[in-house]
Amino acid sequence: MSFDVPDDLRYLESHEWVRVDDATARVGITDFAQDELGDVVFVELPDDGEELTAGEEFGVVESIKAVSDVYAPVSGTVTAVNDALFDEPELVNEDPFGEGWMLEVELADAGELDDLLSPEEYGDQIA
Amino acid sequence: MSLRTPPLSGVHEEAGASMTDFGGWEMPVEFESIREEHATVRSAVGKFDVSHMGEVTVDGPEAERLTQRLTTNDVAALDPGEAQYAAITDGDGVMLDDTVVYRLPAEADDEFLFVPNAGHDEEMAERWTSHREQWGLDATVTNRTTEYAMIALQGPDAPDLLAERTDIRLAEMDRFGVERGPVAGVDSLVARTGYTGERGFEILCPWDAAETVWTALECPPCGLGARDTLRLEMGFLLSGQDFDPEDEPRTPYEAGIGWTVKLDTEFVGRDALEQQDAEGITEKLVGIELVDRGIPRHGYEVQTPDGESIGHVTSGTMSPTLGEAIALAYLPVEYRDPGTSLRVVVRGEPKKARTRAPPFIDR
Repeated sequence: MSFDVPDDLRYLESHEWVRVDDATARVGITDFAQDELGDVVFVELPDDGEELTAGEEFGVVESIKAVSDVYAPVSGTVTAVNDALFDEPELVNEDPFGEGWMLEVELADAGELDDLLSPEEYGDQIA
Repeated sequence: MSLRTPPLSGVHEEAGASMTDFGGWEMPVEFESIREEHATVRSAVGKFDVSHMGEVTVDGPEAERLTQRLTTNDVAALDPGEAQYAAITDGDGVMLDDTVVYRLPAEADDEFLFVPNAGHDEEMAERWTSHREQWGLDATVTNRTTEYAMIALQGPDAPDLLAERTDIRLAEMDRFGVERGPVAGVDSLVARTGYTGERGFEILCPWDAAETVWTALECPPCGLGARDTLRLEMGFLLSGQDFDPEDEPRTPYEAGIGWTVKLDTEFVGRDALEQQDAEGITEKLVGIELVDRGIPRHGYEVQTPDGESIGHVTSGTMSPTLGEAIALAYLPVEYRDPGTSLRVVVRGEPKKARTRAPPFIDR
């Protein structure tokens, strides 16, 4: 089984990804993570304006068979939440790096990005 | 302790199944997608390897008497080729397991066969043997769990698919009927039973021939994940979870299967159940649907709208058919009426919910 690990993202060992665009970071869970979970049926996310701390849980993803916490790759303020996931949680399975994104964060400290895994490192972890 | 493996484990591995420990067995939980496997069984047909289920045979002059005295239903009412659902209770009427008891067709080698749940086969064979000794009955009890593979073929298209592989007259079989005959050339027992709420069959074939039968039944393989969501939509009990002598001691009346208790027969637990039947139960297994977003899971607390704790979820899931979150829980009987407002505590948050009589789907 091989999983997508896009080159332009950074990763957390707990299978979250982050895509940085200037001072904003978009966050989701990886292809590997969605496959491990199976059919995602429920997503719980923070509200706009909430503060995230790198390494701490910010939400929950539930599949039919499992409940899994989701961890913040970076610290910052939530500026957008993917509301589509509340009605269509299956987007996390279908397009984990695209329409299945979870939230956007205004970075508190861009230096934290250096602590994340590169695509190569994450790819090795799940190999 | 190493896990027991079904005869088809190599086939499942090749199919890319994810495996899980269930009752001491390493079984497939999911092949492609629980949701798709579930939908296939509701709309067409799917096959399950349920070889983790136990098979214990009882034969001899007093086989009927022994089995009658250890199960709640009326074994004497079975003709050859008929089966019945029953509970196995202790002296207090507490369910140790639930089972299907088959009186096998005349041409079979044994008179009775019953199917304990995964991991209960040795305990139940021992229970039958020790009571046989205690009561001095003439019966032979044999644990044949690793002699029989069990394949469940479930879904509205199951009769058509199975008809291509057997000359057993399936159309003439009643629900809970059992016949002996070849399936894909393999001498098998075929029962019109299942645990999904759909039409279907359970096929008992020799362990070593499991792959022949499995491969011949050409339809999507389904795992225990879908089996769990399918049974829960019907409100069917899961042994060890919706009742368990240690963690969730319940009687058949509390569990909602009082119809399997025949008080005019003699069995272990009868007197306690007669007393409970006369006095009435104080708690009962009810169905619950969530109104708020969230998924109830095993162990989650159930409260009144005022926040008083009144029970906990024994089984819960997102129903793939309904797209609604459903659960089972034992609650005081005053909360049993459908539509009663409740709360289910999900990660510290009381979520609005209400009682709903199972089955959750129309079947």
